[in-house]
Amino acid sequence: MKTGYKYKLAALFSAFLLLGLGVMILGQKVDAAPPSGGSVAGTVKLDGTAPHERSIDMSKEPSCAKEHASNPVKVESVVVGSNGGLQNVVVYVTQGLSGNEANSTQMQTWDQKGCQYIPHVIALNPGQHFKVVNSDQTSHNIHPQPKNNSEWNKSQPPGSQPFDVTWANPEVAINVKCNIHPWMHGYMAVVKGPYAVSDNSGDFKLEGLAPGSYTLTAWQEEYGTQTQKVTVAAGKPAAVNFTFKAK
Amino acid sequence: MRATLLKCSLVVSVTVGVFFALSGSASAQITRYQEDQRLGTESHIGNVTGHAKAAAMDYRRYCVGCHGDDGDGMGANEPWLDPKPRNFTLGQFKCRSTPTGTLPTDEDLFDTIARGLDRSNMPPWNTFTRQQRADLVAYVKHFSPKFQTEKPGTPIQIPPEPEVTADRIKTGQVLFQKLECWKCHGVEGKANGPSADTLQDDQNRPIKPYDFTDGTRPKCGSSDQDIYKIFMTGLDGTPMPSFADNVKPDEAWDLVFYLRTLQPMHSKERQIAKQLGLKPIDPNAPVPEATPAATPAPAPQQ
Repeated sequence: MKTGYKYKLAALFSAFLLLGLGVMILGQKVDAAPPSGGSVAGTVKLDGTAPHERSIDMSKEPSCAKEHASNPVKVESVVVGSNGGLQNVVVYVTQGLSGNEANSTQMQTWDQKGCQYIPHVIALNPGQHFKVVNSDQTSHNIHPQPKNNSEWNKSQPPGSQPFDVTWANPEVAINVKCNIHPWMHGYMAVVKGPYAVSDNSGDFKLEGLAPGSYTLTAWQEEYGTQTQKVTVAAGKPAAVNFTFKAK
Repeated sequence: MRATLLKCSLVVSVTVGVFFALSGSASAQITRYQEDQRLGTESHIGNVTGHAKAAAMDYRRYCVGCHGDDGDGMGANEPWLDPKPRNFTLGQFKCRSTPTGTLPTDEDLFDTIARGLDRSNMPPWNTFTRQQRADLVAYVKHFSPKFQTEKPGTPIQIPPEPEVTADRIKTGQVLFQKLECWKCHGVEGKANGPSADTLQDDQNRPIKPYDFTDGTRPKCGSSDQDIYKIFMTGLDGTPMPSFADNVKPDEAWDLVFYLRTLQPMHSKERQIAKQLGLKPIDPNAPVPEATPAATPAPAPQQ
């Protein structure tokens, strides 16, 4: 074999290699950009009468009891709005994601105010940062109890600095409690891809979905999960409604 | 014809049987291969290297009764024990030198085996040789997949213990009030704070806060360093949180000294508190803002 031919072959090979690498890098860039256009909007409703939620007695924590003197707090396991809309339902994608969706970098807040978690339910991507804040005049201990992530338990006395946390692995949903105030309960849902938490009229909107077909899952802390299939096109939001049956 | 049918059905039943056997073994907790892999787990205590394999006999003889064959805390004695034996498969441990949410170091597990856990059925195993204990540490680790994928946390920095002074004890008392230790442990440390009765561990079993006044030892050791570690790392799996974010390394010593005054044992701290005429905190009074002039300390910060 002539040496010239060998060099040609090597040059051709490296050219292909470079081209391949270029395509890979460009491809990644395209994936990292926010997926175009599509979205899903809808409402979560409760079918039937909402369960009677008992009031929370905060007399052991006078500073918090004072805050709710005129408006007693109830257990938040099922929160229903006036039109039957179900609040605090996490809606996320369980099938159809490309796997290249970038995790959200938006900072979320997990506040402890009036001896309640505000919000009661948050949704996050793996690795998405959230800030734990104590707005109360009393100490709390923040004690998430994950199964698929590492559990921790930290004290946060009044006036102390917020701290920043992330969860590494998807998990629906991590139960969070405060041992000092046993009525305090909340959930953190860690999911891949776009997510939404229904508001006080049960409305939600999932954004940043590339056109295609997906399976959506709605999770409610009392009623568990429901799934629905949806096809998303660019432009107009696809409509999906979930209805949970009251127990 | 009949023979063919027989053969066919034989083939089908064997296939089905093999399939179920395979899927059965795959759905079991771990496969034989994984078990063999995990039995290669090592521990390092100073210059001693522990091997999980070497501890199998000791574990079967001394540990299995409570902690169970699979290390899940479901040994034959489990129904009669309170507190319950540790479930090693979770990789979660109370007594650590590492931050909350991280794995303990090999030394932490080694110390727990040697020390035992006061007010539980776990006795001190200090009759074992260092090699035996190191082997058992490796064996305890082999039960949890966490030890295969995660590294232990970095142990917290403990500055050298300063001299006990009246000022430090007073500062410690302010911290006791400010951090609201009394919510569970009570204003006098009698484990009768307002939240004491509602406490639950991670398995939702009732759990009591430590009573400083009954003369027992804290579960994770009774030296000053041990007490320092307990509130700075938290006891994972229990309601006791970590205070590391809100207590400076040197301040933490003041709290250790104050906690000593609550215990009935003779100590320098108790003597000083007596001289000061130190009264229990008043939870309804505002937290004293200006802490008594703390003695300047060498305080090697982290």
